[in-house]
Amino acid sequence: MDLVFGVLPSGLPYWLRVGLAGAVCAVILITLVALGPIAYVYVETKIAGFMQDRIGPKRVGPHGLLQTIADALKLMFKEAIYPAGADKMLFILAPCLVVVGAFLSFVVLPFGSRLQAVDLNVGLFYVVAVSSISTVGLIMAGWASNNKYALFGAMRSAAQIVSYEIPAVMVLLTVVMMVGSLSLQDIVWAQGGGLSRWFLFRYFPLMPVAFLIFFTAGLAECNRTPFDIPEAESELVAGFHTEYSGFFFAMFFLAEYTEMFVVSVVASVLFLGGWMAPLPALQQLGPIGLGPIWLVAKAWFLVFVMMWLRWTLPRLRVDQLMYVAWKVLLPIAMVLVVAVGGLALWPLTANGFPWDRWAGWLLTPLLFIYLAYMIVAARRWSARRAREMAA
Amino acid sequence: MSTDLQGGGYGWRVDDIDTDEMILNMGPQHPSTHGVLRIELRTDGEIVRAARPHIGYLHRCFEKHAESVDYPGVIPYTDRMDYVASMGNSLGYALAVEKLMGIEVSPYVQTIRVIMAELQRIASHCIAVGTYGMDIGAFTPFLHLLRDREKILDLFEWTCGARLLYNYNWVGGVSHDVPDGFVKACRQFLREFDAVTYPEMIDLLIKNKIFIKRTANIGVCAPELAVSYDLTGPNLRGSGPPRDLRRDEPYIGYENYEFDVVVGEGRFGPRGSCFDRNWVRALEMKESAKILHQAVDRIEKMERADVHEKVPKRVKPAKGEVYARSEAPRGQLGYYIVADGTGVNPYRVKVKSPCFTAMSIFHVLARGMMIADIIALIGSLDVVLGEIDR
Amino acid sequence: MDASSIHGRLKDRFGEKIVAFQSETLQPWAVVAPDAIADVAAFAKSDPALAFDNLLCLSAVDYPKEDPPRMEVVYHLFSYEHRHVFVLKVHVPREGAHVPTVEGTWAVANWHEREAYDLFGIVFDGHSDLRRILLPDDWIGHPLRKDWVDPDFYNGMHVKPTQQMAERAMAGEKIGVGPFDFTPPNRHVEE
Repeated sequence: MDLVFGVLPSGLPYWLRVGLAGAVCAVILITLVALGPIAYVYVETKIAGFMQDRIGPKRVGPHGLLQTIADALKLMFKEAIYPAGADKMLFILAPCLVVVGAFLSFVVLPFGSRLQAVDLNVGLFYVVAVSSISTVGLIMAGWASNNKYALFGAMRSAAQIVSYEIPAVMVLLTVVMMVGSLSLQDIVWAQGGGLSRWFLFRYFPLMPVAFLIFFTAGLAECNRTPFDIPEAESELVAGFHTEYSGFFFAMFFLAEYTEMFVVSVVASVLFLGGWMAPLPALQQLGPIGLGPIWLVAKAWFLVFVMMWLRWTLPRLRVDQLMYVAWKVLLPIAMVLVVAVGGLALWPLTANGFPWDRWAGWLLTPLLFIYLAYMIVAARRWSARRAREMAA
Repeated sequence: MSTDLQGGGYGWRVDDIDTDEMILNMGPQHPSTHGVLRIELRTDGEIVRAARPHIGYLHRCFEKHAESVDYPGVIPYTDRMDYVASMGNSLGYALAVEKLMGIEVSPYVQTIRVIMAELQRIASHCIAVGTYGMDIGAFTPFLHLLRDREKILDLFEWTCGARLLYNYNWVGGVSHDVPDGFVKACRQFLREFDAVTYPEMIDLLIKNKIFIKRTANIGVCAPELAVSYDLTGPNLRGSGPPRDLRRDEPYIGYENYEFDVVVGEGRFGPRGSCFDRNWVRALEMKESAKILHQAVDRIEKMERADVHEKVPKRVKPAKGEVYARSEAPRGQLGYYIVADGTGVNPYRVKVKSPCFTAMSIFHVLARGMMIADIIALIGSLDVVLGEIDR
Repeated sequence: MDASSIHGRLKDRFGEKIVAFQSETLQPWAVVAPDAIADVAAFAKSDPALAFDNLLCLSAVDYPKEDPPRMEVVYHLFSYEHRHVFVLKVHVPREGAHVPTVEGTWAVANWHEREAYDLFGIVFDGHSDLRRILLPDDWIGHPLRKDWVDPDFYNGMHVKPTQQMAERAMAGEKIGVGPFDFTPPNRHVEE
């Protein structure tokens, strides 16, 4: 927002400049947020199709690109059904709250060194706080539907989200302790200098574990498989959004994919270096900074991993889910907080273990080599199948 | 969603129920109840205190219909009972009537019947294991297994023209001979199945830690309880006893084939759990593939014979009755046929369907489970409502 | 054990309660007096020589034309241990049939007997939960009996439209119950 503020002519009164800057930022963000899920839904259906040995959408538009738009239009034109006995005000308010909780987090996400709506000095705290508004919306949705299944879904969801907030936030604390600030921009700046300086490889192997815990807890926050008990399709029909149709359902959908993106962006900012490039040389393309591209690429990669997990793993039962949160993730998170806090204070390891640098530069190429190997193996597998079928 | 308190024995009266407990209705329309099944659950939060299944939503009076059509005319009706595995139903009926009339079919026809029955077994277990995975939340293995079921259905369509309800096993023979090139197509399917589908299914679903955690400790059924409730087929073998009609009382030439009887081993939890029943089904697919290899090799060496050779012009058995059993994919299917010696219609056809008895154990196993486990339990019993309700 | 030995063993134990024995058929059966069936069942399961631990099937058959008219409840028994099959039959009158339940011996009989009650009207004494299983709970009658006639009405709705009703509907009159109005799709309107 400072950027826009600076661009506006200084002749205008202060309040007008602030207002216009805010408005422009809001419009840009809302556009991004609204357009994002369209792409994500398409990508998810395509990925689901390829993983299930079929082609996803292919008829609506070239390669099915317009499928999501068609779906969105259909949902908008559907009749909005209000169940009898439903609390009408809460029924309508619930999806609004869920969406608001997802949207509000975008305000502090740093897409570049100056491309951030507001650089709050409590940015991380703010993100965690506003994403909990969605939880209230979920519970409202379940209650207001006057439907036992929806109520079940809402109760499970409330328990799940609250339980997984705790390990997630504790792991965030480790990063905050290393940086000394809650501001997301400061966290990104602290990871400058290339791949090996990313927090993912700091205090190796402690921070990778922290990243995994955060990612798992983030999956649970978004109600994605393997933690999608609240929307367990085969058990509770559709859980807390059973009774919602048409545009309300679209809003829940929108909020889910937006949450996924937010969680991925926060994970990238905290662990994967935010808008920093792996090599400082790749940071700028002439005068244009490539920050946003790097951040979005990292976030999209994590979103892809979330989708990958959804179509591979079965879902956990509610008590197993709770077990994982309280008895597995939380103790590890607590140990991490204490360990990383101590290591950050000790002057010898204030900047990480001595082998961190090598960890980063060794592991990342290994990861890419492994990915390449999997791709090659998959191609050989399908070539073999094609041979079998032709024989 | 309140209970109906009128007489007739619903049993649960409002004053019986604690204020903490909730009565939840699952079905008749529900994505995971494998048909139109209604289960009334009395739950305390997530724990189920009592469960009662209500069936009869798909009752189509098969047994009454059977009395008004002639013996061969009953066969399409039998297909529609367990519509997921029709070959088994018509086979059981044809065997019963042949026993009643004393007809012996030729080895060629027997081999064809074995091929069709085993292909149907693989197809049926594809649905069983696939939908079970989907109920647990793993969406992808279902589609992989359905891809293979499509290949089997293509083979069936090639042979007799129908994909799901075949009217194939006739009294005294089969309706269509296997076409030219069937052996080659069957071998190709088996090659793909053995190389790709089966290993992928085991890796992706059966050995999946979350799947094991969800299924390995619930729905444990002791062998005595299983026998008392007349559980048969994979449901019984999951609890331990290696009872398989194809091995114990072979019919249509099963004594000529080498295969193992898969039994639940209790690898990841107590024996007889939901996981074990599913394990039996998954591994049985491999055994059926083994039998298919042998059957296809056998039929290749046989010369073509007339499959309608022993089909009588008019099926008119003498007065008598018979109870014949066969190993359908879901368990032991029994037909009790009473012939009164006059007329071409059966006097009484009673079907003992394996899913009927499997469903009767449900209320015993469901006590104390969580709601998510109820779904897992129904899936592990592999019920098809068409067979229960007839 | 073969059928005659099994029958002999039952006869030794129960004497005249085993009313008849038919051995000239594919699957021999023994007819048991209705009031003794529960005891015979318990003995058949517990006796180590018989060990009939599995009730394969419990069917009911209606024989109105026999002399005397009767219904039969047929029990197919199997032993996993000895691998022998045997059939027990119980003859009951067509009206007011009462048979003791064998639910205590084989738990699966619970649902089988409910089905026999539902479709034939045979009442099983001592059954824990005798109510209809396949048909709707408010169904009247027992359909699988040989004297069953389909009803014309079910809960106020015409089940089988008569020829007269069809003609009236084709002539344009609205036939049905309540606000539901059935217009035959192939109705040809004469202008």
